[in-house]
Amino acid sequence: MAVTETEPARRGWFEERLGLDSVRAFLRHKTVPRHSGTMWYYFGGITLFLFLIQVATGILLLLYYRPSPAEAYESVQFIMTRVEFGWLIRSVHSWSANLMILTAFIHMFSVVFLRAYRRPREVTWLSGIMLLGLALAFGFSGYLLPWNTIAYFATKVGTDLAGDVPVIGPWLARFLRGGDQVGGGTLTRFFGFHVAVLPAVTTVILGLHLALVQKFGISTPPKVEEEARRTGVPIPQMPFFPNFFLREMIAWYSALAVLGALAALYPWELGEKADPFAPAPAGIRPEWYFLAPFYTLKLIPSRVWIFEGEVVGIIGFGLLALCWVALPFWATRRDGSERTRLVTGAAVLLIAYLAVFSALGYFR
Amino acid sequence: MKPLLMLLVITAPAWTKDTCLECHAALEGRLGKPAEQFKDDIHAHRGFGCAACHGGDPSSADPKVSMSPSRGFRGVIPRRQVPEMCARCHSDAALIHRFKPQQRVDQLAQYRTSVHGKRLAQGDLGVATCADCHHAHGIREVRDAQSPVHPLRLPETCAGCHADPKHMKGRAVGTAQFAEYRNSVHWKALAERGDLSAPSCATCHGNHGATPPQVKSVAAVCGGCHALLEEMFSRSVHKVAFEQMSAPGCVTCHGKHEILPPSPKMLAGDGSVCASCHESQSKGARAAMHMARRLAELQAANERSGRILARARQSGMEVSEAELRQREAADRLVKARVAVHTFDLAAFEAPVKEGLAIAAETYRSGEEALRERDRRRKGLAFSLAAILVTIGGLWLAIRRVESAPPGELGR
Repeated sequence: MAVTETEPARRGWFEERLGLDSVRAFLRHKTVPRHSGTMWYYFGGITLFLFLIQVATGILLLLYYRPSPAEAYESVQFIMTRVEFGWLIRSVHSWSANLMILTAFIHMFSVVFLRAYRRPREVTWLSGIMLLGLALAFGFSGYLLPWNTIAYFATKVGTDLAGDVPVIGPWLARFLRGGDQVGGGTLTRFFGFHVAVLPAVTTVILGLHLALVQKFGISTPPKVEEEARRTGVPIPQMPFFPNFFLREMIAWYSALAVLGALAALYPWELGEKADPFAPAPAGIRPEWYFLAPFYTLKLIPSRVWIFEGEVVGIIGFGLLALCWVALPFWATRRDGSERTRLVTGAAVLLIAYLAVFSALGYFR
Repeated sequence: MKPLLMLLVITAPAWTKDTCLECHAALEGRLGKPAEQFKDDIHAHRGFGCAACHGGDPSSADPKVSMSPSRGFRGVIPRRQVPEMCARCHSDAALIHRFKPQQRVDQLAQYRTSVHGKRLAQGDLGVATCADCHHAHGIREVRDAQSPVHPLRLPETCAGCHADPKHMKGRAVGTAQFAEYRNSVHWKALAERGDLSAPSCATCHGNHGATPPQVKSVAAVCGGCHALLEEMFSRSVHKVAFEQMSAPGCVTCHGKHEILPPSPKMLAGDGSVCASCHESQSKGARAAMHMARRLAELQAANERSGRILARARQSGMEVSEAELRQREAADRLVKARVAVHTFDLAAFEAPVKEGLAIAAETYRSGEEALRERDRRRKGLAFSLAAILVTIGGLWLAIRRVESAPPGELGR
């Protein structure tokens, strides 16, 4: 686009090199459907915001953290007691990780209830599910890093479960632990996953997810589309910039307020340093987002017919996860009609299962 | 006799039947009970049968043959002969070695030195013999929790006779020992904390050689566990003074069976143990009062620091380093209590001063943690206010944008 003589020379300099007018034009034409479910659109952005906070605080923690059994606990203790605002950085990092997983789940279920997984957004759904899986992997690997008692034994239980995966289980458990037992090898390995492998993979998948969201725009629920067709009134649209953007900012600032309050009023505890030779303390349980499958596995008898109970559980969870990942492909019939009731029923059941079993796992 | 016994044991697994058990199991009451109890007996598990003690021929189903004196049948073992009867095997090192190489074989020799053994030899059949403590037909290993001589059950087993006024009538010892012991720190450690190393009756009196410790041996008995205290006491001025007074060492102040948790009240105040010998305003009484005051001072300082650190922790503050340091102050309190037994003010003051200094330091850490908590909360309040103002500004901006004419959008 040509630069007129009346525009400031500085803007012309940037325009010539960055092509900002095309960005402005894109933003001017990008709109977001406005309906009763618009508020659910903000959760994807909040999840992204919390991820960015973790990247920033994670880099700051890296300045002091030392990934070895002899120093890990002490280095986190040092961060919390000696480093200026270290307590805040660590607390914000831990709380934002948990809030991010919560908002990612809310975002996923809102996508299901608003039917945003439909054609042509199947790959967007798949990339989103991958990002949720990566968030859980971030949580699992990061949980061990302070090298405290609860984290040590929870990782022991978690990697034991990985060992029950059919065929590759023993190899997988050994790969995760870097040996036969959870130890120094596991800590350095988890640290490597947490700060290098997972961020690299997440960056690529996140880039793909955001690019697809831009390419296909924000989905409108079929109910809203049908209403517009029936009444002949076009679906109200909200300009992305500044209207939606400003609302998203309010959501981000609200998330920041909640995060700050949690971090300041309930600083993340450090607990006791892990002692591999001590007996496992009572009440060992994983992070809240793993509680439902953890409690379910506890309920399964040690033998189911001729199979080991835990193996049956792992296979069951694997098949369920596969069904959930493939949701866009079975939610639409060959004639193009939607299996709306089936999808809604499956989502409601899944939410009820996660809520009830997580609560049971926490309180029992 | 012994070769025959060995033969019985060695061939035991080959027996196809034990007619003693078969017949007695079918009987009721006094004659049937031994067969029922013997199922759980350690001797039965090791291949011994009834005949090992009672003699007879267990291979014959004819009572006239199996219980014939010509086959060595002895019937009920007379009470006076019980120790010797058990000792036929238990004093035989070669035999015992086959089953439990580490087990001692001097029980009979010890028993003969005990009050029980001596009185039995004098014809007193009311004293304990092996079967009274171990049972006659349901004998279990000492480590078996159901054994009457398991550490957790031993006090009650001894009390079965020693707390029974009818049984103890006419004997020199009283019957209050068990009731007193149940108030003691030793019982609490044993029964409430499940610490099997805590002392019960046999720890101080001996088991097979059970005898009350004499005046001169009390400190040695207590010193078996409390070695440091015994050493301090034996170097102190009280060692000589107690000997001159014929006072029996540790129990003079702490009591015998009812050993209560030590407290500064033992040193000073009405009914203190020191006041029973030292007149008020005497040098000894003044030293005791000083010790009591300093111990109370250190304990109060520790509790004060503990409370503030607990408050800081409950507020989410990281105070584990200070709490670790606080444990050192608690250690100093223990050391100071121990140092009382030197009865030397200089030796006593050293841990007290150290403990007070540590407690003051940890209290300051607790205060600083609470100040830091308050700073954080103020910081949070300011941050939340700033965020709220920003959200308000954003909301106003949205309203301004959305109230503008359509043509204005995007400018």
